[in-house]
Amino acid sequence: MRVRCTVNGERQEIDDVWEGESLLYALRERMGLPGSKNACEQGECGSCTVYLDGTPVCACLVAAGQAHDRDVVTVEGLADEGELHPVQQAFLDAGAVQCGFCTPGLLVATHDLLEREPQPSDPEIREALAGNLCRCTGYEKILDAVRQAATAKAGQE
Amino acid sequence: MEFLRPATWAEALAAKAEHPGALPIAGGTDVMVELNFDATRPDYLLDLTRIDDLDDWSPDGERLRIGAGVTYSRLITELADRLPGLAMASRTVGSPQIRNRGTVAGNLGSASPAGDAHPPLLTSDAVVEAHSLRGVRHIPITEFYTGVKRNALAPDELIAAVLTPPADGPQQFAKIGTRNAMVISVTAFALALHPNTGTVAAAFGSAAPTPRRATDAEAFLAAELTDTGRWDSRAELDPAAVTRFGALVAEAASPIDDVRGTADYRKHALSVMARRTLAWAWNDYRRNQVRTCA
Ligand SMILES: Cc1cc2nc3c(=O)[nH]c(=O)nc-3n(C[C@H](O)[C@H](O)[C@H](O)COP(=O)(O)OP(=O)(O)OC[C@H]3O[C@@H](n4cnc5c(N)ncnc54)[C@H](O)[C@@H]3O)c2cc1C
Ligand code: FES
Ligand code: FES
Repeated sequence: MRVRCTVNGERQEIDDVWEGESLLYALRERMGLPGSKNACEQGECGSCTVYLDGTPVCACLVAAGQAHDRDVVTVEGLADEGELHPVQQAFLDAGAVQCGFCTPGLLVATHDLLEREPQPSDPEIREALAGNLCRCTGYEKILDAVRQAATAKAGQE
Repeated sequence: MEFLRPATWAEALAAKAEHPGALPIAGGTDVMVELNFDATRPDYLLDLTRIDDLDDWSPDGERLRIGAGVTYSRLITELADRLPGLAMASRTVGSPQIRNRGTVAGNLGSASPAGDAHPPLLTSDAVVEAHSLRGVRHIPITEFYTGVKRNALAPDELIAAVLTPPADGPQQFAKIGTRNAMVISVTAFALALHPNTGTVAAAFGSAAPTPRRATDAEAFLAAELTDTGRWDSRAELDPAAVTRFGALVAEAASPIDDVRGTADYRKHALSVMARRTLAWAWNDYRRNQVRTCA
């Protein structure tokens, strides 16, 4: 089947999509956007988190056909014209990236959190990131990164 | 496989009538896991996410009518004051990403004994509104679960909405799992006090082939509260009655041993949750307020 959608502001039209295929597969294998990672394919790890019509979801649990005519933003769409988004910069600065597999999902989840709650408390950060697993960092640096990103964004505005 | 994308409810019902084997997909949080792991290969997938009518909730007489497309996230932000028990259960489902997609109708469609929406739906005497080309059927929630992962829907029926009265007294929900997020419950328990009618509703999940009401426990507690005049006096509960209530809840269960827990543990956990939620709900009642969850 054919699926049309907007991804990171660009029109995408892909053909021969298998009906049972996930949006994650379509993004990675058909649209050349491997930023969203595939680690579990069952909604447990959050490394495939993308925005679907502005809401963070696991791309592995969205059927590609359900994204038809919808608006998708992936980690590739967070940076502006070659400049990292403050959330991305904060993850680098805080040392919150080790193997990096969880990072794309955490960036999208953090981006969403700070849009909703610019100055989140620690419990709010933990709650917002509860669906994103990281097996490298032990999470402390990730929490640091979110706090730094919140401060950096506040300074920008 | 074919992917059906009805734009209207009428089209969806026609598609389901024509292809009774079609698998509806809403939030996809159960369906996609099955597809990704090759556990199911339906001939037709019936996408319900394009039907805007399903995304609404509204008062419907004495009840609230919650459209099949309303996600857990929206239940939590929009209905926690009116449906505190269901909202508490919703907050424990998966993770933010799962709650942003998953629906109560999907929980009912899967009819897993571990589904977290079931106990609060049971304690509020919810009704499942099923539609087909043949008409509308209102299925009382106690008749909806027919076996492990089986429900009372006919092959040509779709869930349009869930009807549930708003809370008329304190409601509580508790769930046992290995951590706070992303856990299938080892066992779960919901309680609703109905001071207006002098009745009590108690239900549990993951401790029998289907989610179930604990009717003996309900009757015992309602009689105890009425006979001792406590609905009016709002006096502290008798500890012996609380213990008895917990024991009767555990007796209503017929759990199994599995990877998440043993039958004995589940019964024990149920009696503890029953006692605790009763204490919380009664405290709310004594303070004359309904506990809401933000
Ligand atoms: C990581 C993860 C964590 C989870 N954690 C929990 C948890 O803590 N508690 C819990 O209860 N569940 C949990 N689940 C399971 C799942 O999220 C829930 O069962 C959810 O309610 C399913 O809703 P959905 O809209 O995504 O359903 P879908 O996956 O779209 O559908 C589920 C079933 O319902 C049927 N269906 C859907 N809509 C309709 C309709 N309108 N009419 C008829 N049939 C319909 C489908 O055909 C399918 O059989 C989890 C799942 C994942 C992946
Ligand atoms: S790959 Fe989607 S949640 Fe893990
Ligand atoms: S950095 Fe390796 S999984 Fe998070």
